[in-house]
Amino acid sequence: MSSTLTDLSMLELAAKLATREVSSVEATRASLQRIAQVDPKVRAFLRVDEPGALKAAEASDARRHAGSPASALDGVPVGLKDIFLTEGLETTCGSRILEGFVPPYDATVVRLLKEAGLPLVGKLNMDEFAMGSSNESSAYFPTHNPWDLTRTPGGSSGGSAAAVAAREVFGALGTDTGGSIRQPAAFTNTVGLKPTYGRVSRYGVIAFASSLDQPGPMARTVGDTAALFQLIARHDPRDSTSADVATPDCLTGLEDGVRGLKLGVPREYFTAGMDPEVEGTLRASLEEFERMGATLVDVSLPHTKYALATYYLLASSEASSNLARYDGIRYGQRAKDARGLKELYTQTRGQGFGAEVKRRIMLGTYALSAGYYDAYYLRAQKVRTLIREDFTRAFQQVDALVSPTSPVPAFKLGDKVDDPLSMYLMDVYTLPCNLAGLPGLSVPCGFTQAGLPVGLQILGRPFDEARLLRIARAFEREHDFFRRAVPV
Amino acid sequence: MALTLEQVRHVATLARLSLTPQEEARYATQLSQVLDAVAELEALDVSQVEPTSHATLASSLLREDVMRPSLPPEAGLANAPAKVGTAFAVPKILE
Amino acid sequence: MPLSDFQTVIGLEVHAQLLTQSKIFCGCSTAFGAEPNHHTCPVCLGMPGVLPVLNERVVEYAVRTGLALGCTVKPTSVWSRKNYFYPDLPKGYQITQYDQPICEWGELVIDTPSGEKTVRVRRIHLEEDAGKSVHDASASAGQSLVDLNRAGVPLMEIVSEPDLRDADEAVEYLKALRDVLVYLGVNDGNLEEGSFRCDANVSVMPKGSTTYGQRCELKNLNSFRFLKQAIEYEAARQVDVLESGGKVDQETRLWDVNKGITRSMRSKEDAHDYRYFPEPDLQPLLVSDALRDSQAKVLPELPRAKRTRFMGEYGLPAYDARILTAERPLADFFEACAAHAPDAKKLSNLFLGEFSRLLKDEGTPLSALRFTPAQMGELLATVEKGTVSANAAKDVLGEMFRTGRAPADIIAEKGLAQVSDVGAVEAVVDDILAKNAGEVEKYKAGKKSVYGFFVGQVMKAMKGKGNPGLVNELLKKKLGD
Repeated sequence: MSSTLTDLSMLELAAKLATREVSSVEATRASLQRIAQVDPKVRAFLRVDEPGALKAAEASDARRHAGSPASALDGVPVGLKDIFLTEGLETTCGSRILEGFVPPYDATVVRLLKEAGLPLVGKLNMDEFAMGSSNESSAYFPTHNPWDLTRTPGGSSGGSAAAVAAREVFGALGTDTGGSIRQPAAFTNTVGLKPTYGRVSRYGVIAFASSLDQPGPMARTVGDTAALFQLIARHDPRDSTSADVATPDCLTGLEDGVRGLKLGVPREYFTAGMDPEVEGTLRASLEEFERMGATLVDVSLPHTKYALATYYLLASSEASSNLARYDGIRYGQRAKDARGLKELYTQTRGQGFGAEVKRRIMLGTYALSAGYYDAYYLRAQKVRTLIREDFTRAFQQVDALVSPTSPVPAFKLGDKVDDPLSMYLMDVYTLPCNLAGLPGLSVPCGFTQAGLPVGLQILGRPFDEARLLRIARAFEREHDFFRRAVPV
Repeated sequence: MALTLEQVRHVATLARLSLTPQEEARYATQLSQVLDAVAELEALDVSQVEPTSHATLASSLLREDVMRPSLPPEAGLANAPAKVGTAFAVPKILE
Repeated sequence: MPLSDFQTVIGLEVHAQLLTQSKIFCGCSTAFGAEPNHHTCPVCLGMPGVLPVLNERVVEYAVRTGLALGCTVKPTSVWSRKNYFYPDLPKGYQITQYDQPICEWGELVIDTPSGEKTVRVRRIHLEEDAGKSVHDASASAGQSLVDLNRAGVPLMEIVSEPDLRDADEAVEYLKALRDVLVYLGVNDGNLEEGSFRCDANVSVMPKGSTTYGQRCELKNLNSFRFLKQAIEYEAARQVDVLESGGKVDQETRLWDVNKGITRSMRSKEDAHDYRYFPEPDLQPLLVSDALRDSQAKVLPELPRAKRTRFMGEYGLPAYDARILTAERPLADFFEACAAHAPDAKKLSNLFLGEFSRLLKDEGTPLSALRFTPAQMGELLATVEKGTVSANAAKDVLGEMFRTGRAPADIIAEKGLAQVSDVGAVEAVVDDILAKNAGEVEKYKAGKKSVYGFFVGQVMKAMKGKGNPGLVNELLKKKLGD
């Protein structure tokens, strides 16, 4: 029973919860059993909250019994990237410096999920402070890709993607600063949506790069992603950058197809260095869109090649400031042997942060420092304007853009750990959309011969998530890649 | 652009990071590589371009001047590595 | 060159805490004096994941101040992060306005011995306060304690141009600025509790020079007296340095209250690289025309204008006008009373004298006064008519203060009314003179000193209620003067 139960999509499970064919406690127990069974291999979870999840499941069942479910997904167990603050439940952001930190409050999206009745099964592994593309910068352990345990599930929301792909949870929340939802989704045959900047509250989400970070849903199907998205897409008066727009209805038109839509294919996203199998899969997917009635339009985003440099300067600069609060004074780990205040700072931070985080703090501090600000930070902000304008022009011609999510499929753990530049290149197709604040989505579009998932990225206009989901759904309907059994 | 060890140490001081000599050497090399890579931005003429500091330009959100309950100090200090009474404790600050 | 050949140049940076209920970016109380960290929440503790949301009243107060000082109020201003590490700075950066402040280029007129002087205000910007570190707690040897109650309290920084030329001008500017802020209702003007703070940038240059010398920033100036002493000390110190062939280092110096000197704060390592950049968590601050207009509408008459008007409208000397207008509630109450009083100068005398004393001694705020301006006017009218003496009026005022009863009732009950009836007084005078014929003889023979004796006897007989003017008039008439 439990293995088939965990294979259900969120919406399928919700339908069974609604008819009371299955209880939330059963679904949650099935999830917990699956975690006990596969997580020793996948290592997606930093911490499982069995009592909390079961308590929430019981409360959900009581609501279902009383005929007053809190939401369409009431009772569906999900997981949280460990970047979301959970009141009373340790939150580390994948870092030693926050080991033992028990937040006194819930992130807004956590509160929304709790209010919607979703049992929160536990906290998912991630690259430390979301800085990484492979989950290997987690201070605790790397997560493994359920499709090939020797490979990375991607990052930084790698734990979320792996847990969803391995059927440990029905869905999860991740965050995306430069591709951290979409790239792991592409690596694990799951769907990941990075919403428009400002669509989902960042309150209680540990900041990496504040002007780029955006939380979003990760799930196995487009419908699940849409349903989860609708629970968290709310204006939040606690986040000044939260957009005061209504929650979109993404489910009503989900099956409307792509007939008549103009899909732009940015030529700069098909460049040398792309894996031939990824390119082949993508080209085939594009033809399929045409067959389904969409028009493909060749478009140019001429400043794409500058996006990587721009991103690393801006994200690292913001991070260097955002991470200044980890000083061992009010919370988190404090260096034991520090003598004096200066050492308290330098040793706490020197010992508490991992190599990648320190590297980015160093880069960001340098880019903001006296004499270099104009050359690095300010220049990058100006190039960011050019990149935004590229997208604005493209969206005058087309309804959405389609491209590969990642230039390569999941790579081997350990392959790129000591080569930051080549690791940074993993995000080359995903990060321009963060710089422009646009919504982006990755949907499964096939497998390589070795059985590794390939993802298709769809980018849209601000607040046009419903259309992205509709395009993704049109594609998914033809394939049902999510039905493919995961080997783990 | 190559970063000297001295520059690396200066930046580490600004960022309050203690680094081992090995880390200093490694970051000198890696940051130099990254800076070489980002130097490609210099090719662009941005003299007429306005900087973008926010992804979207929403109007500024304001809140009413209304007092809300603070955290009970036990909760606010629950994670403190060292405290005295309800104050956070640190090694003596020398002016 | 002697000290007198040098010109002191001073600019002031004033930090004024805005009178809001809640902090600038969260809902915690701004009240002074709570137990450590009792006014804190995840936002002002700098917990992971928190975000700032701006208090709208902070913006209103800054706009109001900018308008009052004749500044340009910028339609768009920008928040920045000032990055540095200190235990009382929970996020590791301060949210402040840097290169694009909310107000620019205003002015404040002050009085100097050589007449009026216009001091330029370069900018007004908003920022959050830091917390407080206590270094000398005996219970915690070797440790400092951090209290974040103040962290996130809204501050408005007002920066003057270096237009001030001596310590007295600096004090005058600071007082005038404080009066304006208190009038506007945006600050309580309390230097002791630190809700109105001042740093002074001081330099010296040879007289006649147009090039400013290297400046030092003076801190810990928490009274007008310390400001004056510190500037005078520092100017003399800098002249000494220059005269002995040295050069003045740009540095921050602390006023040492006990020793009466300024001393160098051990310069913080890399203190000068704050790595300012635009705060990504806050959109640029937009000030709409509507907001501007709403603040322009509530701008009160400012102290200086009010003072000038008091001198003209009520014929008061500058001294009286300054004291009466120093605080808006007092000025307002004076005006309310003046509408009922027969003579504004006599009203002013009462305000500056007995009324001030009562306010101070009884510790009564004006808002809690138990009597009305009309009653105050009534009291003065009774003095004018001779119903009570000026002395007795003080007692009546005291009673009004404590009970709020009408002056006429108090006068009647206490029997304070003077006897001003000519016939009644004359009868007593005649009686006294008749009973003391011997003394009258002496007086008429030239011993004028017994006059006081007659007055005393009459007053005694009348139990002190004789109208003194009338008593004198009749005595002199009867004694043949």
